[in-house]
Amino acid sequence: MNWQGWAEIALTLGLAVAIAWPLGVYMSRVWNGERTWLDPVLKPVEALFYSAGGIDPKKSQTWHAYALALLAFNAVGFVMVYAVLRLQGVLPLNPQGFAGVSPHLAFNTAASFVTNTNWQSYGGETTMSTLSQMLVLTVQNFVSAATGNFWADLIRTTLYVLLPLCIVLSIVLVALGLPQTLAASVDATTLEGAPQKIALFATASQEAIKQLGINGGGVFNVNSAHPFENPTPLTNLITAVSINVLGWAAFFAFGRSAMARKDIRALVAAALILLSAGAAAIYATETQAPPALVAAGVDASVNMEGKEVRFGAPSTATWAAMTTGASNGSVNGMHSSLMPLGGAVTLFLMQLGEILPGGIGSGIAIMVVMALLAVFVAGLMVGRTPEYLGKKVEAREIQLAMLAVLVIPLSMLGFSGVAAVLPEALKGLMHAGPHGLSEILYGYTSATANNGSAFGGLTANAPWWNTTLGISMMLGRFAPIVAVLAIAGALAAKPKLAPSAGTLPTDGGLFIGLLIGVILILGGLQFFPALALGPIVEHFQALAAVASVH
Amino acid sequence: MTTLDPSVTEGGRKPAPLAGGLSSAVLLRATKDAFVKLDPRQLTSNPVIFTTWIVALLSTVSAVAAVVSHQPAGFAIQIAIWLWATVLFANLAESVAEGRGKAAADSLRATRVTTKAKLIIDEKTGTIVPTPAHKLGVGEIILVEAGDVIPTDGEIIEGVASVNEAAITGESAPVIRESGGDRSAVTGGTTVVSDWIKVRVTAEAGNTFLDRMIAMVEGADRRKTPNEIALAVLLAGLTLIFLIAVVTLLGLGKFSGVAIDPLVLGALFITLIPTTIGGLLSAVGIAGMDRLLKVNVLATSGRAVEAAGDVDTLLLDKTGTITFGNRMATEVIAAPGVRPEAALRAAVSASLADETPEGRSIVELGRNQGVVVEVPAGATSIAFSATTRQSGLDAGSMSWRKGAVDAVYRSLALDPKMIPAEVNAAVDRIARSGGTPLAVSENGVLVGVIHLKDVVKPGVKERFADLRRMGLRTVMITGDNPVTAAAIASEAGVDDFLAEATPEDKLRLIREEQGRGRLVAMCGDGANDAPALAQADVGVAMQTGAQAAREAGNMVDLDSDPTKVIEIVEVGKQMLITRGALTTFSIANDVAKYFAIIPAMFVVSLPALGAMNIMRLHSPESAILSAVIFNALVIVALIPLALRGVKYRAVGAGKLLSRNLLIYGLGGLVAPFVGIKLIDMIVSSLGLA
Repeated sequence: MNWQGWAEIALTLGLAVAIAWPLGVYMSRVWNGERTWLDPVLKPVEALFYSAGGIDPKKSQTWHAYALALLAFNAVGFVMVYAVLRLQGVLPLNPQGFAGVSPHLAFNTAASFVTNTNWQSYGGETTMSTLSQMLVLTVQNFVSAATGNFWADLIRTTLYVLLPLCIVLSIVLVALGLPQTLAASVDATTLEGAPQKIALFATASQEAIKQLGINGGGVFNVNSAHPFENPTPLTNLITAVSINVLGWAAFFAFGRSAMARKDIRALVAAALILLSAGAAAIYATETQAPPALVAAGVDASVNMEGKEVRFGAPSTATWAAMTTGASNGSVNGMHSSLMPLGGAVTLFLMQLGEILPGGIGSGIAIMVVMALLAVFVAGLMVGRTPEYLGKKVEAREIQLAMLAVLVIPLSMLGFSGVAAVLPEALKGLMHAGPHGLSEILYGYTSATANNGSAFGGLTANAPWWNTTLGISMMLGRFAPIVAVLAIAGALAAKPKLAPSAGTLPTDGGLFIGLLIGVILILGGLQFFPALALGPIVEHFQALAAVASVH
Repeated sequence: MTTLDPSVTEGGRKPAPLAGGLSSAVLLRATKDAFVKLDPRQLTSNPVIFTTWIVALLSTVSAVAAVVSHQPAGFAIQIAIWLWATVLFANLAESVAEGRGKAAADSLRATRVTTKAKLIIDEKTGTIVPTPAHKLGVGEIILVEAGDVIPTDGEIIEGVASVNEAAITGESAPVIRESGGDRSAVTGGTTVVSDWIKVRVTAEAGNTFLDRMIAMVEGADRRKTPNEIALAVLLAGLTLIFLIAVVTLLGLGKFSGVAIDPLVLGALFITLIPTTIGGLLSAVGIAGMDRLLKVNVLATSGRAVEAAGDVDTLLLDKTGTITFGNRMATEVIAAPGVRPEAALRAAVSASLADETPEGRSIVELGRNQGVVVEVPAGATSIAFSATTRQSGLDAGSMSWRKGAVDAVYRSLALDPKMIPAEVNAAVDRIARSGGTPLAVSENGVLVGVIHLKDVVKPGVKERFADLRRMGLRTVMITGDNPVTAAAIASEAGVDDFLAEATPEDKLRLIREEQGRGRLVAMCGDGANDAPALAQADVGVAMQTGAQAAREAGNMVDLDSDPTKVIEIVEVGKQMLITRGALTTFSIANDVAKYFAIIPAMFVVSLPALGAMNIMRLHSPESAILSAVIFNALVIVALIPLALRGVKYRAVGAGKLLSRNLLIYGLGGLVAPFVGIKLIDMIVSSLGLA
């Protein structure tokens, strides 16, 4: 550990929030239908879409209608991907003559696609799957009576937010040396004189949407550890920042639209503190001498296994925290090779429910659920029926919030518990013992959190894994979405209460601390026993092994 | 006399008939009830404790199985015992809370009428047929004479009587009840002390005020309040989450080569689920109602008590709540050429024989300023009359008079032009400030002017400042003109006032406040208050008030004390705070329990996890047993807090939160570390595990 490392972590995390602030204001204007500086160019295009789709953007939907539209949009996407993969063998434009994909792989891929978890795909599809997590609009209805229009939200977000940002980021990345070509590869001769095909692709544009859209599926198998995806420390900084920037921007946009800027800043602060603590913890564990190397008599002060030498521990730690906090899933180092406690942190950040800052809208949505729970538990202690953003938090909201929170351990721990004793499932593991358990846990955690990053070691292309991971992705994505939409619907129907000196303040340091406590205890503590059997025991075993050598 | 000072209210109140103590008889009955409540059918409404019941049963089966198969069973037996204890302690909390209500209900039942009512079957002849009270129908007319107990609720249609309502209110001084107006309602169970009345029955048998009171006190039809339901949902959700975490450990443990004893898993599960708040939740609610009963307020539902905690705006009647309701002398202004002391002495002398509150206040004012006058020998008092509109004292050649300014002027035959400008100015000033001027004469000469005003009760201003810090707005309601109202409002420190208020104005004000997203509390006693009482979120009707008012409100104050509404708000807040504090404590406890049980559960198979035994507990068995014992005992330890309630302080929400978060959040984190360690030391030194 050194100050440069800490400075890099602080800079990367801070930059994402700093850029997100003005971006969030812009996004809020877009979603509210206010004037933006892109209007002259994009208004006609937008109108074209509306008339083509027969959409009246001003017609607001009830939460039921909004939820149905969202689910239908995803269902169509799911069916299309599933059908294309299954029918690949008989469809035209199949020069390589691939056969149809197995049902379980097609299911898993389709689930992965609609839940924006992770798949090798190209710009257009990735963008579409990014939109599947768009929730921010409905969350805004926590405070305004009218729900937005799903189709209008969809079109505006694509046209005004994703498209311009991706264009700008792609150009920047090309300027910094990323390939952007339709040619698949170039031929080269290595120093030894052997011929080599070097893959290229339209990497820069894919990289842009992969990071901004919290999708995480890279062009190359090693993702952002590959020198074409992420050649320099500068591209590393820019792409790392773009993992979190739209997630944070959604927080700020929500704050502006809901006229609750201070309250949302408290949520940002709580999430940022947890994320920073995660990055710091990984950095700290990765810069300890690995016990196994010490035992082998090797002098090593940093765990460099699975890390790119051009990035080192701080960049890898920051990226690992940001990608697991945001359900992104891109990596610039291998999480399986992190020290056991470092691996535990990545697991834990995902288990908190992709709220640090999560996807575009889904992060703030679940964060508001956590805030509702925090307000409910502690808010009683000021002697009033708890309220958040002027709305009373009552049985129905708590019921739905608990549903959203309950699904996460059900999917992550439930499937892990079964897979851990199922011979069919155990065939896919590379390791036995605690590290093997971490592979299982990471698989379902990553799928449920729609993260998509892999721990390595797990061979998931088998019926059991494809199917259950697919179900985890769907549970982790759609159960909370529907719950949050229903909460928004319930809150929208309530009168807004006037704040007084007797109202629980939800914007100060006290609330931030309270929220962090609730997130850790209600959202994280239930994973403690499982983590104890996985990375935590691995950590203590490694320490014990070293102690026995000395 | 009513007062806003809580200490005076507390100490000065007559013993309420409803405030049963926590006697040993109550405790004995509660303990018996705790065992009766072990019947699982009684537990289904409490998912957390019902779950504990199931696990206790399973652990008993496992202990019995161990005994039968001659395996070591000591540990299993102890775990089973403590799990049953957990359920019992939760039951005990509830039955102790119910106990006081039951005792109070018993004493109320004793006052129900057993003698026959005098039913008038023919009004012309007045023929009476003795009829049992429960056979009386609505609309029938009964005669109640001195010494009779009024058999049921009704409205006086003829006659005047003094009625002793001690059975209901605890107040033994009889009150006057008469036909017509707001004093015509009578309550079954009260006694006519003098005269007679004819009463038209207004309540059916079984639905009288006394019946409803018994039901409310006993909690017979206690329904869960909205907030209680929401909390129960949260607790059930948490129980499910921990069920997932614990059950999946079977699979994860098997993978890791850890053989997990289901008994230990059950113990872990019970310690993690929120048994503390789950066990105390209903007790907190019952105790909240009970605290209201103790201050002699009957709430028709727990919902109303909860709403009281949420109130934003308090509508308070000026008279009796903010001011004493009597005008009092505050100064005597001397006429030109008269020494102030002489003017004061004349005013006191004129009032020596005046027994009205105003008169006594003048004597009191003199005493406070060092002017004490003895009644001269042979003095004759001149009483106030409607024609003279003045009163006074004659002694020998001396005479003093005080009275309405124009009346005194007239009796002195003063030419208006002769009145000194200073006196006119003083009279004007007093009138403008909302006060009442009285002129004083001595031996036929005008000597000064007395300033009578509506005096704000001591301590009121501070109390309202407290309320403001709590986030409550106070609005004073008065029939006075705006000038007087404004003067008193600013003196009392209320946030707003409504002058020359009619009942319609009150109703409109409540609707306006509610339209702005505020909850409103008010109290009232007149029949014309009924619509406003019904509209308010918390409507407190006075027991002495009209029947319509008592039915419209959702609370009845048996003391008929309009300041009570402030205490009601505090009780409501206290109940919510207690729930929140116990929930926070319960959830925060989990951290320590993980650190006690997780290493203990795994350490045999995975010795490396022994490093997590940061409490250095004696053995895996003692660690688990200690956590279970702590979990059970903490319920008992917190019963007094649940019944008494967390102390409410009139500070802002931020301060209150940081204080309670420190005590119950941080305390909840730390307490089990200490407690489990202590229990572990005892358990291991006794060789129990």
